[in-house]
Amino acid sequence: MLPVGYYIALSAFIFVTGAVGVLVRRNPIIMLMCIELMLNAGNLVLIAFSRQNASMDGHVFVFIVITAAAAEAAVGLGIIVAVFRQKSGDIDMDKLSEMKG
Amino acid sequence: MTAELVVFVTMGAVAAVTAAAVVISKNAVHAVIYLVINLFAIAVLYLALSAQLVAFLQILIYAGAIMVLFLFTVMMLNMTGAIEMTDDKLSKQKPLALMLGLLLIAEVVVGAVGLLNQPSAVAIGEGFGSAKEVGNRLFFGYLLPFEITSILLLAAIVGSVVLARRKDDD
Repeated sequence: MLPVGYYIALSAFIFVTGAVGVLVRRNPIIMLMCIELMLNAGNLVLIAFSRQNASMDGHVFVFIVITAAAAEAAVGLGIIVAVFRQKSGDIDMDKLSEMKG
Repeated sequence: MTAELVVFVTMGAVAAVTAAAVVISKNAVHAVIYLVINLFAIAVLYLALSAQLVAFLQILIYAGAIMVLFLFTVMMLNMTGAIEMTDDKLSKQKPLALMLGLLLIAEVVVGAVGLLNQPSAVAIGEGFGSAKEVGNRLFFGYLLPFEITSILLLAAIVGSVVLARRKDDD
């Protein structure tokens, strides 16, 4: 196996790319996808260390993270659809500053 | 060793480039496609790390199901247009975020360089990462988290149905 630092460096790059994307972009769907990027970077590190230590606990964590990501995507997209019905038009996340029941 | 290095460099480059493309691309559909390619590249890296089950779960659930959900939402809302930051309320945000992101990259690169001299990986057995072994670990070591996962999914299903329902239905 390659040194685990290689995988950590790649994962760190992907994570930071996702974090910058969440900060810079204002399209809510792309922001959600950047969150998926960050989750994937975390998964990659978990798998790399799992292989490094020959322990399969990391695989179980990745399984649970994938489930949480699926739940997050479903609820997040549901929120986007609900907001879109209210606003009817392109959604700029910065303009959604008021909350109303 | 060299074969693994070749796989890592090619797939790592694909993953890094497509990750940047997700952030940069103006069209949301293109961003979804780039993210699918990114997920496939990371799945190949999982295979290189002998995590077969997780690699195929990644392709089936992430690249298959979740990304179809994203594409479906993009299509339904017709959100292909670019949404630029027009608001001057947060005009300094973009350069500040880029600067802090570069700072974060520098920080983690320094951290990762310190990790290059790790001891070599522990040898693995025959069925490492197979569905049987991971299932054993999941159902004997982590049964409670697994069950809580099902509650999480149920809550997500109910929540998204409630959120996406039209208000005039009730």
